Amino acid sequence: MITIYIDNQPHQIREGQNLLAACLSLGFDLPYFCWHPAMHSVGACRQCAVKQFKDENDQRGKIVMACMTPATEGVRISIDDPEARAFRSTVIEWLMVNHPHDCPVCDEGGECHLQDMTVMTGHNYRRFRFKKRTHVNQNLGPFVNHEMNRCIQCYRCVRFYRDYAGGLDFNVFGAHDSVYFGRQTSGILEGEFSGNLVEVCPTGVFTDKTFKKHYTRKWDLATAPSVCIHCSVGCNIIIGARYGRIRRVLNRFNSQINGYFICDRGRYGYEHILSEKRLHGSRIRENGGHKELRTNEEILRHLTPLIDGKRFIGVGSPRATLESNFALQTLVGTENFFHGVPDRDHALVERVISITKMDPTLTPSLDQVKNCDAILILGEDISETAPMLALAVRRAVMDEPRRHLAPKYQLPLWQDQALQEVTQNKPGPLFLATIGKTRLDNLATHRLSAHPEELSHFGFALAHAIDPAAPDAGETSAEMESCVKSIKEALLAARNPLLISGTGLGHAALIEAAANIARALRHQGKNAYLDFVLPHCNSMGLGLLGGRPLSHALEMVSQVDGIIILENEISRSFSSSRTNQFLGAAKTIINLDIMQTPTSDIATLSIPVASYAESEGTLVNQEGRAQRFYRVVPENPNLRESWSWLVEMMALIKNQPERLGKTPHEITTKLAQVNPIFAPLLSLVSWGSETQKIPRESHRASGRTAMTADISVHEPKPADDPGSPLAFSMEGCHGDVPGNLLPRYWSPGWNSVQSLAKFQDEVGGPLRQENPGRRLFESTGNPIKNYFAVSEKIKKNNHGRWQVVPLYHVFGSDELSAAGAAISERIPDPYIAISAKDAAQLNLLENSRIRLIADREQFERPVKIISSLPAGLVGVPMGLPGMPYVEPGTIVDLIAIPDHRDNEK
Amino acid sequence: MAAVITKPLTQHIRPDREPLDIKAYEYAGGYQAARKALAMSPLDVQKVVGDSGLRGRGGAGFPTGMKWSFVPMGPDAPRPKFLLANADEMEPGTFKDRLLLEGVPHLLIEGMLISAYAIQAEIAYVFLRREYYQSARVLLRAIAEAEQANYLGKNILGTPFSLELRLHQSAGRYICGEETGLINSLSGRRSTPRAKPPFPQFVGLLGKPTIVNNVESLCCIPGIMQYGPEWFKSLGLTKDAGTKLYGISGRALRTGLWELPMGTPLREILEDHAGGMQPGYTLRGLLPGGASTDFMLPEHLDTPMDFDAVQEAGSRLGTGTMILLDDHTCPVGFVHNLIQFFARESCGWCTPCREGLPWVEKILQAIETGCGESADLTVLEDHCRLLGPGYTYCPLAPGAMEPLQSALKYFKQDFVRHIEEKKCPWSQA
Amino acid sequence: MLSELEKNEIGEVLAHALPGQDMSIDVLAIVQKHRGWISDEAVIDISACLGTTPSNVDSVASFYNLIYRKPVGDHVILLCDSISCWVMGYPTIRGHIEKRLGITFGRTTADNRFTLLPVACLGACDLGPAMMIGETLFTKLDEEKIDHILKEHGWQP
Ligand SMILES: Cc1cc2nc3c(=O)[nH]c(=O)nc-3n(C[C@H](O)[C@H](O)[C@H](O)COP(=O)(O)O)c2cc1C
Ligand code: SF4
Ligand code: FES
Repeated sequence: MITIYIDNQPHQIREGQNLLAACLSLGFDLPYFCWHPAMHSVGACRQCAVKQFKDENDQRGKIVMACMTPATEGVRISIDDPEARAFRSTVIEWLMVNHPHDCPVCDEGGECHLQDMTVMTGHNYRRFRFKKRTHVNQNLGPFVNHEMNRCIQCYRCVRFYRDYAGGLDFNVFGAHDSVYFGRQTSGILEGEFSGNLVEVCPTGVFTDKTFKKHYTRKWDLATAPSVCIHCSVGCNIIIGARYGRIRRVLNRFNSQINGYFICDRGRYGYEHILSEKRLHGSRIRENGGHKELRTNEEILRHLTPLIDGKRFIGVGSPRATLESNFALQTLVGTENFFHGVPDRDHALVERVISITKMDPTLTPSLDQVKNCDAILILGEDISETAPMLALAVRRAVMDEPRRHLAPKYQLPLWQDQALQEVTQNKPGPLFLATIGKTRLDNLATHRLSAHPEELSHFGFALAHAIDPAAPDAGETSAEMESCVKSIKEALLAARNPLLISGTGLGHAALIEAAANIARALRHQGKNAYLDFVLPHCNSMGLGLLGGRPLSHALEMVSQVDGIIILENEISRSFSSSRTNQFLGAAKTIINLDIMQTPTSDIATLSIPVASYAESEGTLVNQEGRAQRFYRVVPENPNLRESWSWLVEMMALIKNQPERLGKTPHEITTKLAQVNPIFAPLLSLVSWGSETQKIPRESHRASGRTAMTADISVHEPKPADDPGSPLAFSMEGCHGDVPGNLLPRYWSPGWNSVQSLAKFQDEVGGPLRQENPGRRLFESTGNPIKNYFAVSEKIKKNNHGRWQVVPLYHVFGSDELSAAGAAISERIPDPYIAISAKDAAQLNLLENSRIRLIADREQFERPVKIISSLPAGLVGVPMGLPGMPYVEPGTIVDLIAIPDHRDNEK
Repeated sequence: MAAVITKPLTQHIRPDREPLDIKAYEYAGGYQAARKALAMSPLDVQKVVGDSGLRGRGGAGFPTGMKWSFVPMGPDAPRPKFLLANADEMEPGTFKDRLLLEGVPHLLIEGMLISAYAIQAEIAYVFLRREYYQSARVLLRAIAEAEQANYLGKNILGTPFSLELRLHQSAGRYICGEETGLINSLSGRRSTPRAKPPFPQFVGLLGKPTIVNNVESLCCIPGIMQYGPEWFKSLGLTKDAGTKLYGISGRALRTGLWELPMGTPLREILEDHAGGMQPGYTLRGLLPGGASTDFMLPEHLDTPMDFDAVQEAGSRLGTGTMILLDDHTCPVGFVHNLIQFFARESCGWCTPCREGLPWVEKILQAIETGCGESADLTVLEDHCRLLGPGYTYCPLAPGAMEPLQSALKYFKQDFVRHIEEKKCPWSQA
Repeated sequence: MLSELEKNEIGEVLAHALPGQDMSIDVLAIVQKHRGWISDEAVIDISACLGTTPSNVDSVASFYNLIYRKPVGDHVILLCDSISCWVMGYPTIRGHIEKRLGITFGRTTADNRFTLLPVACLGACDLGPAMMIGETLFTKLDEEKIDHILKEHGWQP
């Protein structure tokens, strides 16, 4: 700790910060624009000016930019100095010269950093009397709205989009007072992090286009802390709603996971809740037709004969909460509880769990990933399956040279521009061993494209090379040998090498190979990490609950009275023929889901349930971190949470009113009690007070009493939310609450998301009283020593047939987000991918049609030629709307369909 | 021998003749200095230049030897190292480097060779503004000749030292002349300046140690090498060493450039060399060293034109090329023209410059066209203060404020008259 | 599409690039030399040949004033509008050229022969007013001289 003097008062701070960060951490209101806690200082906007004095006798001092000046022992500055104040207010005056003053019609109004800073500096009288410059806006696609006239040229957008997130299709153009931020030409922003521009931009240039469709001021939004459900990383989000309708998603800070940013799938995926495909009414099949069930009583009345005293099997879901899956498991009994995932995924998740359990210290948080200094990605295309992990990898790789060069040049790590010069933006060690190209390729020190078997072979060979005690993979090609050698050296030269793999390729040997490498590195004394991407937001949670593979359900289905399917679309786990076989054999299908699916269409009884935004529950992310999310709208009796129906059914089916609980809180507590692995959950759900709750509504929420005035002029009683730390109210505890329970970031004078700093002891650091989720695995203390045996040999030849490899898309592969309006505009059309070599052999051109024939599945789609794909593989996009499930690794035939267009002429 | 050389920069320039080719240049004693330097150790060469007292001719007057001394030397120094000749000359009113570029290209090449040797740079660039096509032609020819004669290229004159000299023709923008902007531009980027530290001497072009020197500074080097630091010091009339290219533009009888001893009094330059004002014109003031220097007044005519004396007179020597303001020219229009240039050339990175200069420009235009308001003067004065050094990211905007601030000091009445009379007193209408 | 000639010249420049050096400015200059200006299509072609993105190339291209992102006439007149030339009569010269060609700054004559642009100090301050057409510098301009120069460049009254 060092002492700095601000307006003659001593303050203790941690060394190594810049003055702006230090002032903000100390609670001072010092305005800024170009600085950002995650992107650091460039000194462009000149807004953070303070006066610096040589010593206590220096009366004159000089103006410096706080963000560009190191806070060193004994440094003396004044924020209050009249010259500094005058300059800061003039900076605003300059920024306002061309600003359109359109706050009343601007989506940013009320949460605008520019508004806040304008008020903060006290600039309020306009002296500029000339014409303003104007710009033409661009259509940037479905996510982000563009209104360039509001721009204050802080350069944060380009710095985020390009420098931080590695986007390419966005830039700054022009010079002098006519600089323009956007794309080279109007068009869709391609980067999967574009939505962060909305939060990064301090004014209304970039705003949320989906929010615009049903806009509400920030203070009128009810908000709640939630967790993203669109991939296994589990980023934290804030969901906003008004009049019971979900309006938008913002990033929620979690120091261990997503920090300041989220991906576009996470930000815009919420729109599935508003989609036409959303289930609203219950329906029962009767006399060959459908009957709508309007009330809960009606549903119960029909439900009772269906299940009373009957025997059901249950299909759980990796996208449903622990609580709902637990309720189903309890309802049908563990032996009748099946995981609604492909068998392969089921096995892989179990494998990952067992590896993680054995040595949890291997698994990094996303924040730890950012600090790894050599990374090998084995098999998983993380840019598509876990975008925020990919962003963390990008940061790790870009920051690694900074971390070791900064001390050499005596530069602090926050000197962003200087460090770009020093490192020349050369990435640190990143090795990719995947089947084809990925969006991290441009950072890779080396990349290897190969068949899944070759990749795992390579992995085993690498582990063996690192630690000879690891099993030998056998013969390796010369090319791979040299690859093994150089990667081994790089990993051994690192302090925190990281191995990333996942379930994406559906290939168990890859996971084992990755584990072997990480363990071998640990054996060599490295603080190695091992991270696995899983298929869904709660794959880990479901796996930990235990349950049987889905194919076993296929065998059992005819012996029971029916299936209860929890938030699951069967055809995403089974081929079409098996799906039909399974559902066809079921006497009764009770389907609980958020969305209309082919399964809900044919269900005997289909019950719509609450979405994540409308429920409270727990998810376990890929690192084994359990996180709690909260409903943002009061419970809708017609859209109850799945567990609540399942508890209801419990009474009917077992004829015993064993009560799991009436609130999410009680269910979670019960789960923690019956299943020791979930015991840590108790600390997640504990909240002391039923009276001093955290209000979901801001203290300025307007129209509270008018909202239902058409029905009654009496103000309705706020909805209850028993057990929850949050209340549906404007009143309650606005102040010191645990960081992870904050429903919004707001502080007097700080209406924008930048107010987040007010909830951190040190800007950029953890939130006050942060509980960043609970890792469920405790270290056993004795690290795992043994290795997986080499499980397979490379299959060299498929004899003129093709091996299926799954391909993923940020926009499209995730079931729920794909149903959102904005995201659906970004989903590629279904296709079948083959290598250029195979295309030539089959005489196929891009977009000509091809038929894929597997044992239980065949279909025809346009061809996409992927030059980086190894020959002999056929890429099938997973989960893309309109694509059937084909098991990875299946050997299939491909037939070119003759082009009839010539004949049509 | 040394004593007779009094115009080391221009001695070989004949305005109406082609520049000396390499043969003629060698015949006249050219490249002897380079030979001498190559026989010395790089650090000794640095010392000679340091001892000579040479201060940079690019405007800031930073001691050249000291600048070089920061470059990491020795076998562990990062490689390659770069020497960049700043031939961007875009400062309005400045036309001195062009004379050297077109007149004695081999002097620049020799100066660069010695300088590159002194810092052990293996790659050198001439960063030339594109409009100087004639300079480019002359330089390219000279570079080819020098390569042929092994003054450039591998193992120069049989020594282990190698130097590759390249020419870059800029695509415009005054900010390219700022050394870090220049480096960015050479790397193929937008020419926004960089914050220092790190200084280019450590982290410059492509992240490697880099020295940027003005053309005139570099052209001083051969003489210093050949005749020694004492000779160079003795050239100056005052504390500052060497000769200087002084120029005069505007309503003088003979506008032009003269190589004179450093510290030559302003009056001598204006009256003896430029022949005084054109008949009918009276001097009201002048910018002593390009568009980004403060006005000097006729009362300052006895100032010796060196770095310190000009500073004492409230301005900067800058580039030493003076622009005259005469009594037929409106001072407001004059300053408006300057600010218009700076506003257009702002790189757009920092707020005060990007937004402040266009505002000042609009106000000056309003005043000039009779639409000024008295409150405008306050806004102008605010800008003079708030666009000062330290407030902005680089020296462009503070430079722009120098003529404005001194104009407001010396010619305030003219501004007031515009506003009160609602017209320009100089306009014909 | 880049022409063979352009490709060759670009190849020459790229062969001399230092590791990490982006040659887009030089490449833009080559293409502009052949076509007079840089069209959107040229931006795309250049980015492809540099292995970068159009936004990268345009970000640089749009910064520099001597890279033209709009079509220009056969002759680009760069008229110095800086201080020394201004003192020496630039306003009159500008007015005269504008009257003769019937265009203002930033415009191209209808016959596509001339484009008139302001340019910062050409370093001919002692010889002002000055202007440049192509690679040729013209100094000590007056109305008569301008008429002569324009005629030489194909201007018909
Ligand atoms: C906006 C700006 C423009 C400049 N333009 C030039 C220029 O055209 N030529 C030049 O030699 N120096 C120019 N300089 C000064 C350079 O930054 C640098 O100081 C100089 O080239 C160093 O050379 P010297 O030490 O030999 O003087 C400029 C500085 C600024 C701030
Ligand atoms: S003062 Fe600022 S905007 Fe102006 S040229 Fe320098 S960095 Fe660019
Ligand atoms: S925040 Fe410090 S200059 Fe922008």
